[in-house]
Amino acid sequence: MSDKQMRITLTAWRQDGPDAPGRFETYDVPGVSPDMSFLEMLDVVNERLQREGKEPIAFDHDCREGICGSCGMMINGQAHGPERGTATCQLHMRKFRDGDHVTIEPWRAAAFPVIRDLIVDRTALDRIIESGGYISAPTGGAPDANLIPIPKPVADAAMDAAACIGCGACVAACPNGAAQLFTAAKVQHLNLLPQGQAERWDRTINMVETMEEYFGSCTLHRECEAACPKSISIDFIALMNRDYAKAQLAQRRLVGQTFP
Amino acid sequence: MAATLTPRGGVAPVRRPRKGGPAIVRFYRSAVGKKWVMAVTGIALMGFVLVHLIGNIKLYLSKEELNLYGEALRDMPGHLLPRTWLLWAFRLGLVAAFVLHVHSAWGLTVINRRARPVGYQSKRDYVAATFASRTMRWTGLIVLLYLVFHLMDLTWGNANPDFVRGDPYNNLVYSMQRPAVALVYALANVALAIHLSHGAWSLFQSLGINNPRYNGALRRFAYGFAGIILVGNLSFPIAVQLGLVDLACPGDDPVAECNEESGL
Repeated sequence: MSDKQMRITLTAWRQDGPDAPGRFETYDVPGVSPDMSFLEMLDVVNERLQREGKEPIAFDHDCREGICGSCGMMINGQAHGPERGTATCQLHMRKFRDGDHVTIEPWRAAAFPVIRDLIVDRTALDRIIESGGYISAPTGGAPDANLIPIPKPVADAAMDAAACIGCGACVAACPNGAAQLFTAAKVQHLNLLPQGQAERWDRTINMVETMEEYFGSCTLHRECEAACPKSISIDFIALMNRDYAKAQLAQRRLVGQTFP
Repeated sequence: MAATLTPRGGVAPVRRPRKGGPAIVRFYRSAVGKKWVMAVTGIALMGFVLVHLIGNIKLYLSKEELNLYGEALRDMPGHLLPRTWLLWAFRLGLVAAFVLHVHSAWGLTVINRRARPVGYQSKRDYVAATFASRTMRWTGLIVLLYLVFHLMDLTWGNANPDFVRGDPYNNLVYSMQRPAVALVYALANVALAIHLSHGAWSLFQSLGINNPRYNGALRRFAYGFAGIILVGNLSFPIAVQLGLVDLACPGDDPVAECNEESGL
């Protein structure tokens, strides 16, 4: 642990409610340890605000170990801040320098209305999952392990997609406000596996079309991939595009039988 | 004091496309389908741009070569079809590709604007987006506007005072000898090359053509293709401006007379 302390200037988006007008407020934050996470730095600010009888800055958080997908905000214009492949909770203050000015803002998208300060409503992502992000499997006794053979590269690819924590950074980072990376990850981690084949084509159509009711479209800027705390590749977007075209245009009786 | 959070049961969709209809219409209604159409029409337009460049290189051979090439386009495929029928088929195909390309771009732009009505209030810091990817609409618009001028200049002739139908060599040289036209031509082709450097790669992604083994090659293909188009197309105004390519009949001779002398 280093004894060094930093002083930063924090400009945070403050908004009292969904329909209230928001504004930026600037706080002087002395005594920041480089070992703090970004959220711990916000905790320090909030404790002081509470001592002063002011409203603390509201932000979403839960596990603080990068797997729940609750936290997330624009930090100096980048979703989850300057560190690649990390959620806001695992971004450390050592990534900033003493005297830095840090500006934080909630995700912005039509489908992500601000609830308060930095907290947005991400229910739209749940709507996408509801429309097809599942498989139908008979319940009953647990099947034997490795009963269905799956090639290792396929299992790896499905796991890479399944790493998505649904934080919404892809939408936030996308200049078009598209949820392509989220949806592609959620479609493909099932479409790649034998267990996902039964609903493959309906899933792809339903999830893509639900996505498009709420979000923008993909123009391949690759900002989502750079912002993703799980570094999910845009390769999955290509796979989803392929499956969508196939689901819409191909002879369903035939494609349902083959594993392309 | 506890913060009063308003629990909300989700948000209303920003877009509710109609359902039903033939599969191809349903497909085009979706943004993924529009991107697919944009990619397919993009390939057609890329093919045109490349063939157009290859044909124009005949400018460096001779006046006769270029004019015979123009004649060959009108005459293909020989006596199999009446004259210019096949050329018109290609033209109609190109117009269709162009209209669909622009229509889907328009539709996607509307969708994207609606998806983020309130933008970021602080400065965005882009990490991966390129200049080309962020200016596709603008470079596309520049090329569209230029195309109108280009047709008026060298196909219809109403923007070219020295235009003579059926003599592309002189039309082109006369046109490019005007410095303003040469400059506009050069700028439009820079915009086209920027547009292609993103489009020629992202079309594969839109079509779902993706394999980690050759993703790098696809990226290089796009830069290479844009580079070939840029260098090739820029060479024409530069060559004419430098005087490397000259009028077949210099001076104030009426072009028509000159054509008669050269037997075309």
